[in-house]
Amino acid sequence: MGRLVAETALAGGNEDGGSMVRDRNKFLSMGEALALIKPGARIMVGGFGLAGYPEGLVEALAASGVGDLTIISNDLGSPGVGLGKLLTNGQIKALIGNYYNWNPEVAEAYHAGRIEVTLIPQGTFAEAIRAAGVGIPAFYTAAAAGTDLAVGKETRAFDGRMCVLERAIPADVALIRAYRADEMGNLVYYKTARNFNPLMAMAAAVTIAEVDEIVPVGELDPESIVTPHIFVQVIIRRNQHGGPDNG
Amino acid sequence: MAVPITDSAARERIARRIARSFDEQQRELVINLGVGIPTMVADYVTGSDIFVQAENGLLGVGRLAVGDQIDRQLINAGRQPVTETPGCSYFDSATSFGMIRGGHVDATVIGAFQVDEAGNIANWINPSGRQLGVGGAMDLVTGARQVIVGMQHNTRDGRAKLVKRCTMPITGFAEVDLVVTELGMFRFVEGRLVLVEIAPEVSLEELRSLTEARFEASPRLKPMVD
Repeated sequence: MGRLVAETALAGGNEDGGSMVRDRNKFLSMGEALALIKPGARIMVGGFGLAGYPEGLVEALAASGVGDLTIISNDLGSPGVGLGKLLTNGQIKALIGNYYNWNPEVAEAYHAGRIEVTLIPQGTFAEAIRAAGVGIPAFYTAAAAGTDLAVGKETRAFDGRMCVLERAIPADVALIRAYRADEMGNLVYYKTARNFNPLMAMAAAVTIAEVDEIVPVGELDPESIVTPHIFVQVIIRRNQHGGPDNG
Repeated sequence: MAVPITDSAARERIARRIARSFDEQQRELVINLGVGIPTMVADYVTGSDIFVQAENGLLGVGRLAVGDQIDRQLINAGRQPVTETPGCSYFDSATSFGMIRGGHVDATVIGAFQVDEAGNIANWINPSGRQLGVGGAMDLVTGARQVIVGMQHNTRDGRAKLVKRCTMPITGFAEVDLVVTELGMFRFVEGRLVLVEIAPEVSLEELRSLTEARFEASPRLKPMVD
């Protein structure tokens, strides 16, 4: 899928987008951005614990009530906090991720048969997302070989070491968090808030980036850009949900 | 045991001994620390050329952050706020696990439910519990050059953690290199479990009776000192 072309006028805290040419406008209101998420969609969400997750987008998704979602994320926040809200609200059909011990409601919902859960080792999870973004359908890794998490997966020995074939993990929409964007959607990140965000930006058909600051094109040092703009289709500036970066 | 050792003293001893094993190597090392006792290792490492890697994307993890140092966007893999060290760097999770899988991390220090005579480790899930998560454990034990387990010798209710054969779900097979408990330090040498240091509170016979796994005592068995 190519660049998402938005015809919409600037709205809701997106006043920084004034200099954009209209047919390349990546600045949508929260409502317009949320409308891109359909019931039953596969949604990737960046973050590790509560660091670097797109808080405003997740809050809005929880408020929207859109359901039947497959959420692809490292974890599911804490009970009733962050992504945890989606589970509390019953919006989740399936989870693909790696660590839900911080939110015991996940195990509860899983054991009660309310949701499906696919656990993937963290490094494999990261690489599978990266693979989806860079056109690699599957790869072999030694992690999990012979364990319960490799059941049903193809295996093959390389240089005497058993490896597991892992499939790439793509998504319909990625909700990511970055620190600064320029008006084209080039992104830089902040400390350990980076985590899965740059990988997910590459792996989804539509990537919506929630950012703290938007600067004019040319202001970001090209050497420091982590996510080039072609991977970002929509930019949302953090508003009342955000506050200062450390807030 | 002649002198019982408290939980907190046990944890501190384990962390100190592992830290010393890094200092003793006197070379540049990149280490990854799991949650619990392993995280404490950072408090006792003295070498300035030991770099702590956090799999959530930081090489050069400093001390735990306190007071106004706390930044919610700067955490370790246990979600604790941490500080930076000079020369630290940030990277995405795929690069982070590329370091691990690619053999660029010298050692991982992790806890365990069980380690067995074959060097198998079970540490990712307790099937009788209400947890659901694997984290980076499987990637770390297969990828790090050295796997160091820091754990208390037995469970709180007295069950063995160094066992003949793991009964809990396995994280990695024949991956463990070193096990440090409050009662001794054990190395896997050519697939055999060898006791190399023993705590002052126990005799060799007492340690055997407290350990389900069979082990050899090194001919150069040393006392374990704090």
